[in-house]
Amino acid sequence: MKVSTEWLSDYISLDNVVTEELAEQITRSGIEIDSVEKRSPGVSQVVVGYVKSKEKHPDADKLNVCIIDAGLDEDLQIVCGAKNVDAGQKVPVALVGAKLPGGLEIKKAKLRGVASQGMICSAKELGLNEKFVPKEQQEGILVLPDNTEVGVPINGVLGLDDEVLDFDLTPNRSDCLSMLGAAYEVGAILGREVKIPEPEKKLIEVSEAASNHIAVHIEAPELCNHYAVRYFSNVKIAPSPQWMQNRLAAAGVRPINNIVDITNYVMMEYGQPLHAFDADQIAGGSIGVRRAEEGETLVTLDGQERKLEAGALLITDGENKPVGLAGVMGGLNSEVTGNTVNIILESAHFDGGSVRKTSRQLGLRSEASLRFEKEVDPNRVIPALNRAASLIAQYAGGTVHQGIVESVIKAPEDKKITLSLSKLNGYLGTDISMLEVKTIFTRLNFESSERQGEIEVLVPSRRGDITRDVDLIEEIARLYGYANIPTTSIEGPTTAGSYTREQFLRRSLRTLLTHGGWQEVISYSFTYEASVGLFPTLSAGSRAVKLAMPMSEDRSVLRTSTLPQLVDIAAYNRNRKQDNLSIFEIGSVFWTEEDKLTRQPRELPVLSFLLTGLREEKQWNIPAEKVDFFDLKGAIESVTEYLGLRNKITYAADRPEGFHPGRSASIYLQTGEEKIRIGVLGQMHPNLQRDKDLEDTYVAELLLTPLYQHAESNIEYNELPRFPSVERDIAVVVDSEVEAGALIQAIQATAGELLTGIQVFDVFTGSKLGDNKKSVAISMVYQHKDRTLTEEDITTVHERVLEVLEQTFAAELRK
Amino acid sequence: MKERLESLKVEALDQLKDVADAGQLNDLRVKYLGKKGALTEILRGMGALSAEERPVIGQVANEVRAAIEEVIERQQLEFQNQETEQRLAAEKVDVTLPGRPLRQGSVHPLNKVIQDIEDIFIGLGYRIAEGPEVETDYYNFEALNLPKNHPARDMQDSFYITEDILMRTQTSPVQVRTMEAMQGEVPVKVICPGKVYRRDDDDATHSFQFNQIEGLVIGKGIRMSDLKGTLLQFTREMFGPHTQIRLRPSFFPFTEPSAEVDVTCVKCGGSGCRMCKHTGWLEILGCGMVHPRVLEMGGYDPEEYTGFAFGMGVERIAILKYGIDDIRHFYSNDLRFLQQFARN
Repeated sequence: MKVSTEWLSDYISLDNVVTEELAEQITRSGIEIDSVEKRSPGVSQVVVGYVKSKEKHPDADKLNVCIIDAGLDEDLQIVCGAKNVDAGQKVPVALVGAKLPGGLEIKKAKLRGVASQGMICSAKELGLNEKFVPKEQQEGILVLPDNTEVGVPINGVLGLDDEVLDFDLTPNRSDCLSMLGAAYEVGAILGREVKIPEPEKKLIEVSEAASNHIAVHIEAPELCNHYAVRYFSNVKIAPSPQWMQNRLAAAGVRPINNIVDITNYVMMEYGQPLHAFDADQIAGGSIGVRRAEEGETLVTLDGQERKLEAGALLITDGENKPVGLAGVMGGLNSEVTGNTVNIILESAHFDGGSVRKTSRQLGLRSEASLRFEKEVDPNRVIPALNRAASLIAQYAGGTVHQGIVESVIKAPEDKKITLSLSKLNGYLGTDISMLEVKTIFTRLNFESSERQGEIEVLVPSRRGDITRDVDLIEEIARLYGYANIPTTSIEGPTTAGSYTREQFLRRSLRTLLTHGGWQEVISYSFTYEASVGLFPTLSAGSRAVKLAMPMSEDRSVLRTSTLPQLVDIAAYNRNRKQDNLSIFEIGSVFWTEEDKLTRQPRELPVLSFLLTGLREEKQWNIPAEKVDFFDLKGAIESVTEYLGLRNKITYAADRPEGFHPGRSASIYLQTGEEKIRIGVLGQMHPNLQRDKDLEDTYVAELLLTPLYQHAESNIEYNELPRFPSVERDIAVVVDSEVEAGALIQAIQATAGELLTGIQVFDVFTGSKLGDNKKSVAISMVYQHKDRTLTEEDITTVHERVLEVLEQTFAAELRK
Repeated sequence: MKERLESLKVEALDQLKDVADAGQLNDLRVKYLGKKGALTEILRGMGALSAEERPVIGQVANEVRAAIEEVIERQQLEFQNQETEQRLAAEKVDVTLPGRPLRQGSVHPLNKVIQDIEDIFIGLGYRIAEGPEVETDYYNFEALNLPKNHPARDMQDSFYITEDILMRTQTSPVQVRTMEAMQGEVPVKVICPGKVYRRDDDDATHSFQFNQIEGLVIGKGIRMSDLKGTLLQFTREMFGPHTQIRLRPSFFPFTEPSAEVDVTCVKCGGSGCRMCKHTGWLEILGCGMVHPRVLEMGGYDPEEYTGFAFGMGVERIAILKYGIDDIRHFYSNDLRFLQQFARN
């Protein structure tokens, strides 16, 4: 809301108030002032001139030579190029030495040989925003009303020096969508009295009743509890007075004609939207308020045909034909035009929600809908109507017919709230006295009465945001000053801060991984639909969740896996020559089992990895080795080791979707009897790598919930061995299909407790071994916890191991 | 025999003078002192000596041996030293060449900020509460006193999935869920970090996905002055011990009274600079006393209990703390950006 200080001072004295300081005070008290600006800074020595004569320039077709009376001793000769300049006009004249916005300075000049002592100005040259200049004044020089006094500075005439405060209103303060509301607010801050116009005192009505011309009836009482009109005859449509145009422009409204301007002016003043109908276009002498039926249409003032949703609130004429969209915009069929003579002026209270719905649905927002949406003061329907009536009588020559024709469904009720002083001070931590509280309510223009530590407040209807005692506490707090509220510590029992186990483990994993050289990333939760099938979801039979109204196709579904995001991050970095990546993300993925969502989808935290490029950055003493499957697997093993789950995790080469079929695995967690699939790991499928323009890239994704649930955090000390261990190495040749994991399992099962360590230390293939054969070298550590092992003990076990390997895997011992 | 020994000594010592390397030295040691060496050769004749002569000659032989050994040992030591010197010289490295680094990644700056804030509040006795990113209309809006026709509930501003399910637009629903879970117990002291989503076009200062941290305290006699005290303590831990705060009245549907909080500019300390637009202040969070409706809906009697809540944008804090120029950096995950945060 743009608040002109010139206008504001109609209601409250701003004597000795520095506008910038006032702005700061208002901001401190709860309404942020976005800016303080003069309507047009930097105009000087521009005065009102009278064009005494206009003659064609002797040497230039498009120029005129004008003789101007600018209130000086001598008339001025000014050459003017504007088409619309004419003798008899009052115009703004920039004298020699004048300054205009943008730093232009007016000097004596000769135009095609003719001397020119100044410049006749257009609205634009005076720095006025064209958006708020009447259409007919946007082209050529600005023509002022005939009654404008010659010789006076233009600044005052056009309100150029008016300082305008831009109120950035929070949704609760719609009361300040009016000059009166702003005046009450400033009055409370400055502690000054607010004077409200009393139009009914000045209003002169003719005896012929308005009700002879118009009747009103409300058919949708739930959406309109008060509808009132006045009837005017013999109005003369003309421009509104300059001061009104100036104020409207300051408020950001373009002047149109006296009737429209008056309705806008009063809306800005009272916050009550009004609408004027051309009475002769309203059939049947009656106005109704009803809901639209399916399929109805209306051409609104802006010339657009609007298809109305059933139930939208309409204003209709006596033939039940729509003539306006209640609270949003009038109909073109009953528009006030230059030929309008008789007027019906509407002032009503419409339901905010209904106006908002219609306005949104049609994509049609207006100053009126903006106000109704946020609820207007129900007690301003009549004062605003009367205010407009007195202005119409004064500035449009209209005859005001006797009486208001209205239908009242429900009169607003008084709102009384009681606040106790002890609650106030207990709530804020302050020590404010009853006297201070009363003073603040007086400044706010709230009637209040005190009794025994309590104060009862009659909340004015303009403050619809105040409904309970805490709202009053806020009013007091903001005017008392938040800065004056002390700073204290919470009293009462102390509490222990802590992480949940899951939070603790998540943090620990982050630390583990970052210290191991992994970089954390955060990707978007939204992705493109095609990404959903790229990698397997870790839950069978689940579906992706789609946004109802995505902002773009790229971000239209919730991710079911973070891997596509990591792949995109890799591609992004590769385009920036960042080829060696080891990144991880901890984030949620989203699935649903439902066809059509009726409850929240499943939201599961996952840990995902992406690894590509060189193991270490290229350096003189580090071999440039590419990462492989086992770098990534090692990271996962470290994670599971850290969580105490390494022995419960198995890897199975079951060819998950999107992966290299020979270099990928699913990861399983053994929990009691059950074995659950908690992740996937492997190289991206080479085709996918090629699509994404990536080198060999390894990715993995793990469900975190089962890991958190089964993580073993207890550390139990194992006595250090007191007897020596014995190490035995074997190398066996087996079919290349035989997995090392199977050999190890078989060895462990056979050797039993005596085997305390096992490690594969070499794997190779070669023609010497024969086709489809590989050699696996395994180192085993035997140890007994109670005694030194004898050669015989070991040999017995070791030979059994070899026997089992031979039988189970047709393993040949390499000599 | 004595003469032979003496001349052997002279000969040996003379030869030892010109020894050039350890090998030659060893040859001479073998030649004179070895099992088949010259000295042994001479001493073989001892048997022919008389009993009186034997000890005398024996002593001479020992002296000769000792003299030769001494020289040999000295020379040997010298050669060893020389050898060591040579080896050391050969082993010299260029200490200006880079070493093999420990591999070090970093926590994403947003999580770093979240962790820092969590740590501060854990120290103040708070727990950390988390909730779903896909929320119901009830938790995201209704239970927070945002009536059905509130502008923030518009399809245009939020990512809806169905009419009733949407991406949470704030972490406040976690506050409601916490209240429900606490079942009227006090005190409630939690902070709720997490991702939130709003229909904003991405630019240097807007991101449709961002992170918030909210705090909620409910108890008997919780005052707005406690809120001020808490925020002062937090901002000083976060931005430095001389930080000041300033509360400006504002509006949020779920708090009453409500305030926006400014801190003294982290860059200029309040004297005015470009970052704070020469005001000396930076807006960093919103807060207020929990609205009685919200308490009621969460199962707390507003006549008995009061509370405060606050919320801040993690991206904004990170931007201010690290001087970052574009919010989109957080989500493009450019390694050159992320790795700048790999520091203690």
